[in-house]
Amino acid sequence: MSFINYSSREINCKIVYYGPGLCGKTTNLQYIYKRTNPNQKGKLISLATETERTLFFDFLPLALGDIKGFRIRFHLYTVPGQVFYAASRKLILKGVDGVVFVADSQIERMESNIESFDDLKINLAEQGYELERLPFTIQYNKRDLSNIVPLEEMDRLLNHLEVQWFEAVAITGKGVFETLKSVAKQVLIELKKHY
Amino acid sequence: MTGSDLVMYEEEFLKIEEELQKLRRQANAKVVFLVDKNGQLIASAGETRDIDTTSLASLTAGNIAATGGIARLLGEREFTILFHEGEKDNIHISLIGQRVILVVIFDHRSSLGLVRLRVKKATESLSNIFDDISRKVEKERGEGKLEESIFAEITDEDIDNLFR
Ligand SMILES: Nc1nc2c(ncn2[C@@H]2O[C@H](COP(=O)(O)OP(=O)(O)OP(=O)(O)O)[C@@H](O)[C@H]2O)c(=O)[nH]1
Ligand SMILES: [Mg+2]
Repeated sequence: MSFINYSSREINCKIVYYGPGLCGKTTNLQYIYKRTNPNQKGKLISLATETERTLFFDFLPLALGDIKGFRIRFHLYTVPGQVFYAASRKLILKGVDGVVFVADSQIERMESNIESFDDLKINLAEQGYELERLPFTIQYNKRDLSNIVPLEEMDRLLNHLEVQWFEAVAITGKGVFETLKSVAKQVLIELKKHY
Repeated sequence: MTGSDLVMYEEEFLKIEEELQKLRRQANAKVVFLVDKNGQLIASAGETRDIDTTSLASLTAGNIAATGGIARLLGEREFTILFHEGEKDNIHISLIGQRVILVVIFDHRSSLGLVRLRVKKATESLSNIFDDISRKVEKERGEGKLEESIFAEITDEDIDNLFR
């Protein structure tokens, strides 16, 4: 649900990073924040617990540039991945224009990935969305670790929709901007279809 | 997308700004904001220079979303008014229709009673303006006007340029 302001000539779009607890959603936003020019970003807001787990959401507003005289703004949000924050996750998904699913590549996290993916589909359906029809990108994160599942196997487990995916090491930034760019591009293409 | 994207035109935007200015004056408030339920700032009036309006908009929407969640758990439809009292500043948050959040920040120069009264009045005028916008969007969609807008001309190159 983007906000198109013909008066101030701005377009705002909402992108949500989804995925199981500790998969690296907040780390993605932190890296984007670190590597964006000060004039292109607002504050990174993190509503987190004392142990730095996301409690409600992280929020990062980006203004990357103009298209045809319109300022394009992306509002990036992360959900809290821990299972018991289900109610909060639903709220954050409201009005979403594009979704990034961050998967944790570690062998022992595969079940959590699948669970979180199902949770995403259910929560979207409750809001009247279908993942099939949303701009959507998958990120296989933590590729730097040794106990990880091969990419083909992860793709088989999670990417039934055959959407664009990227391998990533969010702590070093590998794959982070590629992921953002992929979903942002789909969001703009979607806008083009509707307006 | 669901086709319920929020669209804002120059004409209504000016009316909204005027309405917010009026509210700010009459309620003796420091700042007045209008925020989309998804956390996007629509318009503001007053001394906003020292305020991070983008963050404020997102957190206000989060706040409304959370209390809305609580309301549903209790079988209420929604809490339409939230009020937070600070040492210096107070914040009054209310819903306009189902889409828009009105935020009023005020200090000792005003009072909760006055703010409530003025907010009530402004809410009526603002809902009317938003109804006008909806009708306009419907009409333009019907006439296929929106399709001819800027988005039709977006190229892949434009999009790539954003990320250089
Ligand atoms: N080795 C490694 N560690 C990572 C990577 N990405 C994130 N981490 C670490 O994983 C931990 C959790 O990362 P967060 O970004 O907080 O995870 P989250 O998905 O936001 O978790 P919740 O807020 O609980 O949902 C942190 O200690 C990160 O430093 C990565 O690519 N490789
Ligand atoms: Mg987090």
